[in-house]
Amino acid sequence: MASTRRARATTAPPDWADEIHRRLQQWNIRQVAVVPDTGQKRLISLCAADPTWRMVTLTTEEEGIALLAGAWLGGERGVLLLQSSGVGNCFNMLAMNLTCRFPLLMIVTMRGEWNEFNPWMMPLGKAMQAMLERMGVVCVRAERPEDAGPATDAAAKMAFEGPQAVALLLTQTLVSAKRFTP
Amino acid sequence: MKKATRRAEDYPLRRRESVAAILADHRDVLLVAGLGPASWDCTAAGDRDLTFPLWGAMGGAAAMGLGLALAQPQRKVLVITGDGEMMMGIGSLATVATQQPANLTIVVLDNERFEETGGQLTPTAGFADIAKIAEGCGIERTSTVRTAGELKLMISGLYKKPGPALRVIKINTENPPMVLAPKDGNELRIRFRKALLGTA
Repeated sequence: MASTRRARATTAPPDWADEIHRRLQQWNIRQVAVVPDTGQKRLISLCAADPTWRMVTLTTEEEGIALLAGAWLGGERGVLLLQSSGVGNCFNMLAMNLTCRFPLLMIVTMRGEWNEFNPWMMPLGKAMQAMLERMGVVCVRAERPEDAGPATDAAAKMAFEGPQAVALLLTQTLVSAKRFTP
Repeated sequence: MKKATRRAEDYPLRRRESVAAILADHRDVLLVAGLGPASWDCTAAGDRDLTFPLWGAMGGAAAMGLGLALAQPQRKVLVITGDGEMMMGIGSLATVATQQPANLTIVVLDNERFEETGGQLTPTAGFADIAKIAEGCGIERTSTVRTAGELKLMISGLYKKPGPALRVIKINTENPPMVLAPKDGNELRIRFRKALLGTA
């Protein structure tokens, strides 16, 4: 029945993307730096719809590292949204954050792990977290939808109250693996 | 086939004097200095708390200036960097243009060389034109300055109209002595925020 269906929809638990967005609002984020990933489509559109936030679409992910360091110098907090393959573009720029102790909150959707169909995604999927940790970036993994909210708070607290560089990794079990259907 | 015929050795403008003249007329800017000789030029003009000199992060100066300009829309933000550094982050000019920050000016000191590493030629020694690239990205206010007269006009008009703006100064290849900025990145971050925001 239509009415039953509607009632169920309104009481359904919020999507993990809504939950991350809500928590980020509480952390007073102002600049959102993005290289889009399919897995973050909803989160990106929620951020873009937020009038108090500035969406900055990047040409490459390391721009976001520098952008958010500049934002911090100017008194604003930001977040960088990217895919795990894009983390590979960031390493030289990350040296600045780690040397200068700029806070950094990255939200990374994982590719190249659970159920991946594209072999080109595998090398960074396997190595990325170890590479980040080897440099000194703190990694927080969210494996299930209900982890997303608490993991966002945990990552943001370490980033902004550290200050330090933190990557929140949203795994493919949470986001669900991408498919190209013919 | 095109052949580059310019000789940067003969350009009249000198890097130290050009940067000193800019900063003498714009003492209140929030300044990001790109790594290498561009940051030495800025330090030679006088180290200050509201300068963030980069010792690395090649390709990041313009993006850093953008984040700062968006966070501080009431302040004039200036990026001074070299042509090699700018080319590495050349895509960030499209990112800047998309945001249209009214208060951001990027000055590129273009000697057509990777000066710090031995004077190897950059793409601007061939055919790359950073002002045209910026214009193509959507930054409307761009120019290339080659003479003392043009430099003077550029400096007086630096923030007269809303930006973003990108100015290329063609400088000669002289390599004045290093004047190094403070190196402790933690201290640089803290001093900048204390001076600007009153809090670390």
